[in-house]
Amino acid sequence: MISPVSKLFFEMGFSFVLENLYKNGEKMDYKRITLIAGHYGSGKTNIAVNMAFDLKTKYDNVAVADLDIVNPYFRTKDSMLEFEDKGIRLICSDYANTNVDIPALPQDMYAVIDDKSMMSIVDIGGDDRGAYALGRYAPGILEEGNYEMLFVINCFRPLTKNPQDVIEVMHEIETAGGIKFTGIINNSNLGNETTSEDVLSSLPYAKEVSKQAGLPVVMTSVMESLYESLSGKVPDLFSLSLQKKII
Amino acid sequence: MSDKVLMKGNEAIAEAAIIAGCRHYFGYPITPQTEVAAYMAKKMPKIGGTFLQAESEIAAINMVYGVSSTGKRVMTSSSSPGISLKGEGISYLAGADLPALLINVQRGGPGLGGIQPSQSDYFQATKGTAHGDFHMIVLAPCSVQEMADLTVKGFDLADKYRMTTMILADGTMGQMMEPVSLDYEIAPPVEKPWATTGTKMERKHNIVNSLSLVPEELEKLNFERYERYKKIEETECMYEEYMMEDAEICVTAFGIAARVSKNAINEARKQGIKVGLIRPITLWPFPKAPYKAAAEKVKEVISVELNMGQMIEDVKLATECKVPVTLCNRAGGMIPSPEQVLEAIKKAAKGGTK
Repeated sequence: MISPVSKLFFEMGFSFVLENLYKNGEKMDYKRITLIAGHYGSGKTNIAVNMAFDLKTKYDNVAVADLDIVNPYFRTKDSMLEFEDKGIRLICSDYANTNVDIPALPQDMYAVIDDKSMMSIVDIGGDDRGAYALGRYAPGILEEGNYEMLFVINCFRPLTKNPQDVIEVMHEIETAGGIKFTGIINNSNLGNETTSEDVLSSLPYAKEVSKQAGLPVVMTSVMESLYESLSGKVPDLFSLSLQKKII
Repeated sequence: MSDKVLMKGNEAIAEAAIIAGCRHYFGYPITPQTEVAAYMAKKMPKIGGTFLQAESEIAAINMVYGVSSTGKRVMTSSSSPGISLKGEGISYLAGADLPALLINVQRGGPGLGGIQPSQSDYFQATKGTAHGDFHMIVLAPCSVQEMADLTVKGFDLADKYRMTTMILADGTMGQMMEPVSLDYEIAPPVEKPWATTGTKMERKHNIVNSLSLVPEELEKLNFERYERYKKIEETECMYEEYMMEDAEICVTAFGIAARVSKNAINEARKQGIKVGLIRPITLWPFPKAPYKAAAEKVKEVISVELNMGQMIEDVKLATECKVPVTLCNRAGGMIPSPEQVLEAIKKAAKGGTK
């Protein structure tokens, strides 16, 4: 089910930047479980969705798990039809995108930990509040040790404009979720108004966050339309094309 | 680096309020406005402000009353059912002539309804928020930028006229993300000689109260208040006209419905239909002038709403029943599609619905 809010944006062609198809040229080495977390509104869900599409081109048994217990809108479930089409398993609360506004978790989330043959992308809710849900599953993920936990950052979000603020959010998420981050995704953007200059201006920010966190920037994600002008100027640049309309 | 930031509508309201000098927020969580409170909770302690999650909406609105009595800028936010609970307190604020900013990020109703966007509190906001003769200034944003702009404007209007201003948004406006610029020149604070700030033994006590013991005096207060409302109706109406110059059909809508309508109008224009839009920005005072002018030249007015037809009554009054006014709507948390609005426009162009 697609919520009326999300549906409208698809209909109106609001791309929000990151309804993206992840299609980097380099092969990204995925761990069995990729956890995506960050400040809310940083672009986590869209990145998770697009990573899942990319993962599916490399592996047969792929799942997206929606652990968002904070935001009832803009969920991975918005892409349900595309997941079905591509044969990607969606693990998501039955209540996402309905009027039942309760923080329910999907019962089959345990499959992510127990089914060792399945490659998973896990979309974690925003901030530390969202990451509390991860805590329940952290012991199993840590025990297996085959995971990547990526921190999505956007310097154009007002509460994470400064590296110090974003580091604070990072530590809050790690404490709540019980798992340490292993890398950073620089997803700095201003929606459809993002320019190449905006992306370039975010690089020192990403570098500073990386330095203070002691973590590598694994990629800088940009809209496909900006890829060419930024190619060669941004390390680990990844082109993201807009996800096609689902309606 | 761009001076813009990427914000959710709810966050834009919170940040703009802080920029406008608001240091007191009282509320109780409810979807889809929760980010207003979450943002305030994060930010207020860092700037010496007060964020307080009250035990209920009723407690929150009475805390607003208390702070407003002292002359400080204060706000609360909620969504539809929560605003109903605040009704009594809003009437008390009106009775005591206290300024405050109230946010309603509407969801589908009635009752507990749902969490998807709606505009079904139009009547409540513009006509019947609570008991007694009173009005609020009601502002209807249709972008994240306007969520911020109208928040700043709302505080100014509230202080200027000593009354509550409501931002009447909806779940879409609250949840959508767009780039915004928050570069404001903030007007110096209005003098509030009526505020209870301590007499310092230099003046008589100020009393903030909504109880009147003498009916003649209460009547006088009501008459005076309505004189003020009249002035607001004359001077503070805001609206946007889009492609109305040569329009033969007029679509009217506020908030998110106006954005959907614009898409439909652009498509209809491509098909050669002369159609325009009147978008009221103030829902009270309702901008009657553009409708009166439109009634002289268009053959039909289509009111696009996320409810069962509420603003349409004001549109009928403003057009003085000179042209047919029809409704194009969805309800219960659903949003009209541009195609639905386009169909209504085509129907009107073919000779109307009456």
